[in-house]
Amino acid sequence: MKDTYFTLTENRKIAKGTYLSVLEGDTSDIKASGQFVNIKLDGLYLRRPISVCDVEGDKLTVIYKAVGVGTEKMASTPVGEKWLTLTGLGNGYDLTKSGDRPLLIGGGAGVPPMYYLAKLLVKEGKHPTVILGFGKADEVFFKEEFEALGVKVIVTTVDGSYGIRGFVTDAFDGLDYTYFYTCGPEPMLKAVYDKTVSSGQFSFEERMGCGFGACMGCTCKTKYGNKRICRDGPVLEKEEIIW
Amino acid sequence: MVNTKVTLCGIELDNPIIPASGTFGFGYEFAELYDINILGSLSFKGTTLEPRFGNPTPRIAECDSGMLNAVGLQNPGVDKVIEVELPKLRQVFKKPTMANVSGFSLDEYVETVRKLDTQEDIGWFEINISCPNVHGGGMSFGTSPEMAENVTRAVREVTKKPIIIKLSPNVTDIVSIAKACESGGADGISLINTLMGMRIDLKSKRPILANKTGGFSGPAIKPVAVRMIYQVYDAIKIPIVGMGGVSTAEDVIELMLAGATAVEVGAANLVNPYAARDIILDLPRVMEKYRINSLEEIIGGAH
Repeated sequence: MKDTYFTLTENRKIAKGTYLSVLEGDTSDIKASGQFVNIKLDGLYLRRPISVCDVEGDKLTVIYKAVGVGTEKMASTPVGEKWLTLTGLGNGYDLTKSGDRPLLIGGGAGVPPMYYLAKLLVKEGKHPTVILGFGKADEVFFKEEFEALGVKVIVTTVDGSYGIRGFVTDAFDGLDYTYFYTCGPEPMLKAVYDKTVSSGQFSFEERMGCGFGACMGCTCKTKYGNKRICRDGPVLEKEEIIW
Repeated sequence: MVNTKVTLCGIELDNPIIPASGTFGFGYEFAELYDINILGSLSFKGTTLEPRFGNPTPRIAECDSGMLNAVGLQNPGVDKVIEVELPKLRQVFKKPTMANVSGFSLDEYVETVRKLDTQEDIGWFEINISCPNVHGGGMSFGTSPEMAENVTRAVREVTKKPIIIKLSPNVTDIVSIAKACESGGADGISLINTLMGMRIDLKSKRPILANKTGGFSGPAIKPVAVRMIYQVYDAIKIPIVGMGGVSTAEDVIELMLAGATAVEVGAANLVNPYAARDIILDLPRVMEKYRINSLEEIIGGAH
C-alpha cells in the first residue's frame, strides 16, 4: 500500500459510458491482478476505488463507467492533472490455482481486471479463455486488446447485438476449463457460481470508506468468517462465499 | 521549541492527537504506513462483550465535506480483542492506549470493562454511550442524564483506570449529560460522536445505507463539535477529549481553545491514512504561526 501522486496522461471514452485512463507514477506496490487503487478527487470527500486494468512499468491503466459524481469527474479530468492515489489495495487473484486452461469471466465494469489477469496468465504459459459480457454492442470494449494477448475471446451481449445473445453463462456450453476467475455485477457472479463446474475466484464490489481495512465499512460474511472486501478481498474463493 | 505535551487524566501525552475509535482499527494497518508511536495515543475499535458482525452493507455514504457510516460496532468481542488484537497492537504501539467500550446493557459495559481492566497497556477507558447505529443500546444510554450517570457509576466500580465517557451530540442538552457523568465519577468526557443523518439515492429512490440512518462525520461537523466542547467546558471540571471533523493542526488548536485537553482524529484517517501523522508533524509550525509555546496553556483559551 502506498499513497502517491499519479499524472493523468491519457483519458478517453472507449465505449458507451466507459472511459480509459492511463496514469503515470509509482506502480511498485501493485503486486497482483484483481487489486485496486483508491483515487482522491478534488471536492469529493471519499476516494474512489477503481480496479487495476493493466500495469506496465510506471503506467497504470484503469477503465471505469461514469455512473456517479466521482467517475463523471474522472471522465472529465484533463490530461496532465495529478491524482493522489492509494495503490496496491486488496488481495488480488491467486494465479497458482489456475491450471493450464483457466476461464476468465468479466461482465461490464468487471471486464478491466480480467485484462491484467489474462496478461499474467499468458506470461506464465497458461491458455486462458475469456468471456466478456456486455449489455449491447455499443458497450463492448477491449475485445481486440484481449485477442492481442493471444487468448480465446467470447463476447456476449444481453440483446444479442454483438456476439452471443444472452448472459456470460450462456457462453459456457462446450467449454473445457481447469479453473475460473470472475468479476462483474453480483447477479452475474451468482449465476457464474451456480453454473461453473470447477473451483474459482470471485471479485466483489462494495461501497467503501477507506479501502484499506480500517473502517469496516465493506465487511461481508464468508464461511471462513467476516471479511473486509477492501482488505481481505475483493477476491474470495468459491468455497467460502455465502450468498 | 514549542511544547506539544498535554496531560490527560494524569497520563502525559507527547501530543494531544488520538485517532478516534472505529477509524483506526487496532492500529496495525496504519503501522504498515508509518511509525504510529508518533501518536499521543490511539482509541481502538469499539469493543463489546460478544462478537458483533454489525449492520448489513452498504454501511458507508458520502456527503458534502463528510460521510455517513452505519458499521454498527463490528468487532470480534472482548475475549478475541484481548487474545488476538491487543497483542498485535502491542507489537507496533508502545504507549498507553484508550479502550473504547460499548454495550447494550449495564452488565455488558461492566463485564467488558472488567475483562479489559487486566490489560496493562490500556491507559484510559472511553465508554461509548453514543453509537447512533445500533438498536436497543448504544446511544440510548447517552441521551438521558440519568442513564449516563448509571453507566458511569457502574463501570467506576470495576476499574481504577481513568474513565472517559463518550457523548452523543444527538441530544437537546449536552451539558446536563456531561454533568451527570461527572457526578457519576467520570474522569473525563469525550465528544462529539457522530451526528445522526441520512442520504437517499436518487436512482433507486431509497436510503443509501442498509441501516437507513448513519453517523455523520467529517469537516462539516466541526462547528457543532466546537460549540459543544465550549459549552461543556464551562460546566464541568474534568478534562474533555474533543473530536468532530478534525483534519488539520489548525482544527486541533481550535478544539483546544474551545476546551479540549486532547483531540481525536476520526474520518480524516479514512481519506488520508497519514492524517494523524501529518497533523502531528504540522503542529509546531501552526503553533509558531499563532505564537503558542505550549498546547497545555491554550486549553479553554477561548473562554
